[in-house]
Amino acid sequence: MTWLVPLPVTIPLLGAALTLLMNGRPRAQRTISLTALTATLLVSAALLYLSTTEGALVVAVGGWAAPLGIVLVADELASLMLVVSAAVTVCVLIYSIGQGMADGHEETPLSVYHPAYLILTAGVTNAFLAGDLFNLYVGFEILLVASYVLLTIGGTENRIRAGTTYIVVSLLSSVIFLTAIGLIYAATGTLNMAQLAERLDGLPDGLKLILQGMLLLAFGIKAAVFPLSSWLPDSYPTAPAPVTAVFAGLLTKVGVYAIIRTETLLFPGGRATVVLLVLALLTMVVGILGAVAQSDIKRLLSFTLVSHIGYLLFGVGLTSRLGMSSAIFYVVHHITVQTTLFLAAGLIEKRGGSTALDRLGGLARLNPVLAVAFLIPALNLAGIPPFSGFIGKLGLIEAGVADGGPLAWLLVAGSVLTSLLTLYAIARVWNLAFWRAPNPAMPAPDAGRCPPMMIVPTLALVAFGVALTVVAGPLFAVGDQAAGRLQDRSGYARSVLSPGGTP
Amino acid sequence: MLLERSLTRVLMGMILLGNGVNLLILLGGKAGAPPIVGDAPQDEMADPLPQIMILTAIVITLGMTAFLLALAYRSWAMSGHDEVQDDVEDKRIMLLAERDEGSGVADSEEQS
Repeated sequence: MTWLVPLPVTIPLLGAALTLLMNGRPRAQRTISLTALTATLLVSAALLYLSTTEGALVVAVGGWAAPLGIVLVADELASLMLVVSAAVTVCVLIYSIGQGMADGHEETPLSVYHPAYLILTAGVTNAFLAGDLFNLYVGFEILLVASYVLLTIGGTENRIRAGTTYIVVSLLSSVIFLTAIGLIYAATGTLNMAQLAERLDGLPDGLKLILQGMLLLAFGIKAAVFPLSSWLPDSYPTAPAPVTAVFAGLLTKVGVYAIIRTETLLFPGGRATVVLLVLALLTMVVGILGAVAQSDIKRLLSFTLVSHIGYLLFGVGLTSRLGMSSAIFYVVHHITVQTTLFLAAGLIEKRGGSTALDRLGGLARLNPVLAVAFLIPALNLAGIPPFSGFIGKLGLIEAGVADGGPLAWLLVAGSVLTSLLTLYAIARVWNLAFWRAPNPAMPAPDAGRCPPMMIVPTLALVAFGVALTVVAGPLFAVGDQAAGRLQDRSGYARSVLSPGGTP
Repeated sequence: MLLERSLTRVLMGMILLGNGVNLLILLGGKAGAPPIVGDAPQDEMADPLPQIMILTAIVITLGMTAFLLALAYRSWAMSGHDEVQDDVEDKRIMLLAERDEGSGVADSEEQS
């Protein structure tokens, strides 16, 4: 069944080409992109099933054997990420189509929107499946280029301004990544991750530290880890709501995924864990303090996004199996929840005319459905007990306690503090935007009506987030299996390098 | 040049940096005869992989350069200059901090 592996990359790319050909025919574009993404979702689900039951699926592209050619590897972690990201992209696509229809003019998702969106998806899937560093770089570039286009879509002055910062920062991180690739190739003579895992062990410690540091720096910028995260809250909120939602859900998580991959496979253990833990703590606390200070919902959400990246790093930095599996669970939870929240923020903007807190009010009475669509993922994000956010945090805290070191305890305290502050920030939004009396400056009910095609996907994602609680047991098992696979480096190398790539 | 305010200068810095990195990758491989089978003995050939990778990297750098140029042009057309500006929200918060009104605003919001 290995022929399934390249499909999540090729289907969206093909779809992008087709939608580009259908330029100016929005109906056809919509049909094609919806079909392509649904197909991607189905294939990803099949991959997840196969990889959990039969082990990693490996494909050598074009028939070139592993160390020289390009390999695509779909192990549990990769295919789990694929399924979640595909589900999210489908929902966001429906939402954006709904938004375009609601705004009255058919071509609002501009003719370039659908191709760019599909290419973004292809880049994300390519990065997840990449089996060597250069392919990972290419995946990153594909998704970044598409994201530049999506961020500056329409080309208004505000978006150009925000886009400039974002693009320059991303380019810089790509250059750092490329430099690291060049150095790694010069030092080891290979870029295949499985082979690198063997050859890097033979390198001198100092050199290894430099390489690891450069990779961490590059991925840290992409994942918005604290000292490198200041670009994010400036650039994300200006984009249209569905674009922000998909960025928030996926782009930073690709950075996190790359960190997980490289830290476990290429540089296990070692000195970086302390750095990772300290960064995690700073990211959490500084991010959430930024969120508390904000008066605009979208900016506030961007800061919580930065803050919760800290939880993921916490799990990775612990290096224990429990920490890793909790981090994997948390990634899944966080992609879903953060995307939902940004979609809900888009709905708020539609209904209330703005996302500035001092111009909103009384939304709970005006639109109860919207209130539910915001409240549930918000509570989920803050980690109120029955929801998946709580389970993920509990797992991380448990792993931190099991680790027992002073730094781990500090992080446990930090993560509890962060979730309380998240609750505070969310409660503030709830009080100001939903609970108090309606603001007279808001548009009339007719002008700000939300179309069902925007509400339904948001609610679907809300339901998906809640469902994560229900399936938390099996999902944790998959995460645990993936974590076990990540720590079994020689197993990874064997499945990639063995002739024919037996699954 | 990357730290300059003008986007055109940032762009130039980016081009220089990108090409520098490409050269760095090229230096990573073994030098030698052109890597074409039958043209030279196998152990005298250059390592072809870095060259392939640079080819990809050059394409990406070129695309990025074009996109940044377009962005600089658009910025120039919209606002008459191509400077990277401060974030509006940051400016607002800085102004508030200067006037020491940050906490006051939040309180009045909650009361209204």
